[in-house]
Amino acid sequence: MTFSQELEARFAKMIGNYPPGRQKGALIPMLLYAQDDIGQITDELIDEVSKRLSVKRVEIEEVLGYYTMLHREKRGRRHVQICTNVSCMLRGGEELWEHARGKLGIGNKQTTADGSISLEEVECIGACSWAPAILVNYDFHFNVTPESLDELIDGLRTKQ
Amino acid sequence: MLLNQPHPLETRVLTRRFEYPQRDPIWVDEFVAKQGYEGFRKALGMPPDEIIDEVKKSSLRGRGGAGFPAGLKWSFVDRKSSKPKYVVVNGDEGEPGTCKDRVLMEHDPHRLIEGCLICARAIGAERGWVYIRGEYRFHIDILDKAIEQAYERGYLGENILGSGMTFHLSTHTGAGSYECGEESALLESLEGKRGNPRLKPPFPATVGAFQCPTTVNNVETFCAVPDILLNGGDWYHALGTPKNGGTRLVCLSGHINNPGVYEVPLGFNMKRLIEEIGGGVWKGRKLKAVIPGGSSSPILTADEIDIPADYDSLAKAGSMLGSGATMICDETTDMVKLLARVMKFYAHESCGWCIPCREGTAWLAKILARLDEGAGMTRDIDMIDQLATSMFGRTFCALGDAAAMPAMSIVRKFRHEFEAKIGSAEVFVPAPGTQPLVVL
Repeated sequence: MTFSQELEARFAKMIGNYPPGRQKGALIPMLLYAQDDIGQITDELIDEVSKRLSVKRVEIEEVLGYYTMLHREKRGRRHVQICTNVSCMLRGGEELWEHARGKLGIGNKQTTADGSISLEEVECIGACSWAPAILVNYDFHFNVTPESLDELIDGLRTKQ
Repeated sequence: MLLNQPHPLETRVLTRRFEYPQRDPIWVDEFVAKQGYEGFRKALGMPPDEIIDEVKKSSLRGRGGAGFPAGLKWSFVDRKSSKPKYVVVNGDEGEPGTCKDRVLMEHDPHRLIEGCLICARAIGAERGWVYIRGEYRFHIDILDKAIEQAYERGYLGENILGSGMTFHLSTHTGAGSYECGEESALLESLEGKRGNPRLKPPFPATVGAFQCPTTVNNVETFCAVPDILLNGGDWYHALGTPKNGGTRLVCLSGHINNPGVYEVPLGFNMKRLIEEIGGGVWKGRKLKAVIPGGSSSPILTADEIDIPADYDSLAKAGSMLGSGATMICDETTDMVKLLARVMKFYAHESCGWCIPCREGTAWLAKILARLDEGAGMTRDIDMIDQLATSMFGRTFCALGDAAAMPAMSIVRKFRHEFEAKIGSAEVFVPAPGTQPLVVL
């Protein structure tokens, strides 16, 4: 399996960041950066990472079962993550979550039929002073209202 | 974006290079022009023990939540050990209500690098990692660029500034786990494993990253160090209150007029913080309660907040300063719903390593959801307190405590709200003659 040139360069550098013989340290970053490129954690990717870092497949499965950002299933090109934790809840995060579900017609961890947008209710994303906040892939949106969320989602749809 | 309007009551040390409205991060040239890396240059001319003494004198305490004295933590590392020593920055920032480390990394990334360099000099480390939560990719990219600049200018790498010192630094992304903010779980994650906490002792100062002596501190703690070296530990200490030196960032959120991240000295009165800096409770409503240090800290009622906000005063008030996340709840806040939401979070984030926490958080979440829906029973209220009490102090890491503390404090201080919800929903009544599944 080959990755983009950029990713290969990143990996080459990354492995040198850990002590000799302890390259397993690069496992989680490697999985996450690779997932960003190819969209999900595939069997092929697990085999490749296993080979490159000399770790067993089961050690990778262990990690996949633990970290919420790593996912085996395919998601939408735009992954909309709505925080409903305390600070966001106090300022309308739950209403926003309901609104998004209604607007997109999908539930938690589901993807629209055209595969463009997926939705997830997430725990605190660290944007509490600018709540309610949402993440679209890695982009933060602050002080979101149902109206601005509508606009945002419509924008994501037209971008495709 | 992000940066709120500064307030005249702030004391700006960590944020002294910030500008409003926000613009690009402060890159190396500007940083150096504004006294950047001068604290580190000073440290280069000092023996390691003197650096640690200076940090001890400052009474800087860990800003991640536990408030452990930073200088003391550094002094625990055995510099004579034949093993390599490591510096690890905790930028996992997962405590609900906390959004301060991101502000530091986003605006002044070189300050963090400088803090790491000073620590490395003090403990004799040649390598370090900045562990940042996965959601903060934007901040990881900023820090990656800053690290690259530091290498180019000779602040990182070999023979730093001609001193013979070697130090390598890189970022390390998390991938979505609150538990990894706990230092030993973070080290497990750094090693490429599930973020389960380790049994302590040994503490990371003896057996840390890759089984080597390691200093782990929060982003904000490292960021405070350059100014301590520059102006002296006594100067920093004088900013705060005895045993609680310096300034800290507070993240005001919830039902408040001016939410935002502000820098205040330790010991700044919490009531004034909310009323004067935060502009008071929104919509002209009355204050009901304040969560003073992130969702794990015991809640304070409106008449308990006229106290200095430092580690010792908050502990005396039965709560904790925590990570600086101050969440404000107005009079309309439903405390049962609030606690149910808090517990849903801990049940989701419990790593499952210790049974009291794995089972305790899950059951508490279910009981609280039931109470919130109005289908609870009076004995549920007592059960929350009992479960939380029996979970407290019986786990490897503080996640069990973090879930127990808000549960115990909210159910005790707002019991009437729990009682008011009982019987408010239509309760399922089994048909006559049905055999019960479980006989209690």
